[in-house]
Amino acid sequence: MSILSITKTLFKSLLHGPYTEKYPYEKKVNFENTRGKIEINMPECIYCGMCERRCPTGAIKVEKELSKWSIQRLQCVQCSYCVEVCPKKCLTMDNQYTAPSFDKARDEYTNA
Amino acid sequence: MDKRTIIPFGPQHPVLPEPIHLDLVMEDEVVVQAIPQIGYVHRGLEKLVEKKDFQQYTFVAERICGICSFMHGMGYCMSVESIMDVEIPERAKFLRTIWSELSRLHSHLLWLGLTADAFGFESLFMHSWRLREQVLDIFEQTTGGRVIFSVVDIGGVRKDISEDMLKKIAALMDTFEKEVKEITDVFLNDASVKSRLVGVGVLTKQQAHDLGAVGPMARASGIEEDMRTQGYAAYGKINFKPIVAQSGDSYARTEVRIGEIFQSMDIIKQCIAIMPEGEIKVKIKGFPNGEYFTRLEQPRGEVIYYVKANGSKFLDRVRVRTPTFANIPALLETLKGCALADVPILILTIDPCISCTER
Repeated sequence: MSILSITKTLFKSLLHGPYTEKYPYEKKVNFENTRGKIEINMPECIYCGMCERRCPTGAIKVEKELSKWSIQRLQCVQCSYCVEVCPKKCLTMDNQYTAPSFDKARDEYTNA
Repeated sequence: MDKRTIIPFGPQHPVLPEPIHLDLVMEDEVVVQAIPQIGYVHRGLEKLVEKKDFQQYTFVAERICGICSFMHGMGYCMSVESIMDVEIPERAKFLRTIWSELSRLHSHLLWLGLTADAFGFESLFMHSWRLREQVLDIFEQTTGGRVIFSVVDIGGVRKDISEDMLKKIAALMDTFEKEVKEITDVFLNDASVKSRLVGVGVLTKQQAHDLGAVGPMARASGIEEDMRTQGYAAYGKINFKPIVAQSGDSYARTEVRIGEIFQSMDIIKQCIAIMPEGEIKVKIKGFPNGEYFTRLEQPRGEVIYYVKANGSKFLDRVRVRTPTFANIPALLETLKGCALADVPILILTIDPCISCTER
């Protein structure tokens, strides 16, 4: 039975300084494996629709007649299933997070 | 007979991590009975199997809970692999074991922080969570996410851990052990912590057996049962014994969970030492047909997965029996006869994960 047994840890943390980073003022460097937003290399896309069928949340929409590929950023959960199944390997996952947004707009890319 | 009053211990309370409602029937500051109500975070995830096919459902199964997320995904994938008779590579089994034990480590450190917060020791809470951040950094470097990993798949795992990273993890476990020991010594020896935990909420061995308690709640009352001894994933090749305490009060449950923290670090070091080379995933063909039960050991106890498939790409039924659901009757038994100030500690002592309980 002892009292004030946390004194050693408290003293060490007083000498160490803050353990947190001042995030918006200091830039955060993500690890290279961090899951971030999906990017597409549009000239390679053949509009097969595999990514649309496999997406678990239904965020991707492929329209062959309009040559358009669109993704709803708020719906995407960054699982990278679309990156695995694309036959031409034109989808990649960046390690930066998606930009904040206010509405459910879609990001559209076309080849037209 | 004294007058009885009912105090609602509401869904919103500063000490609860997730909402649960208890009506406490009191006689002058002593709780006589507790009546629970759950259902505040029900999301209907079991019905979602009718809309998502069996490979997309892995991502839904992971999101049942934020703290035990990896083992939910693993349990679902193990059931479907057994129905389809798929044998996953050895390296994938070891990788799954390493991530499971890291999940157990971070979950128990989170629980230690919440318990310290429940009896008001806020600086101990902050130090426990500061140590947990190092485990979350390992997760982000190996899988890409801090809480939801999306790394387990039917047929194996989707990402590999390189040799350098494995050596880094093994070296980190050694320095981590010393830092964690400073904090856990405070939990086990400090007089103010002991006065809140010793003798509070005693559950005898016979009561734990009759009420069906699982996990650390049962092991702290003397029942020696741990699902990892069944040998799923790579546990058949690892040396470990379940950690058991005898007194059955909240202090014993703290001892069991602290013992499991150090045991997890040891299991991770053993896994890294004997990890084989090879592939990490096998390709699967066709659709599952049949049904299967899987039992795993989550940080909170024994979880049961039942999957039923009928040969098409949508499954028939998925049913999850989570450990918190099995521990609620034991919780109500320990609440009888306790003082009102002990109610938050006793609720936290079962390690409630209500979002698992109502999917």
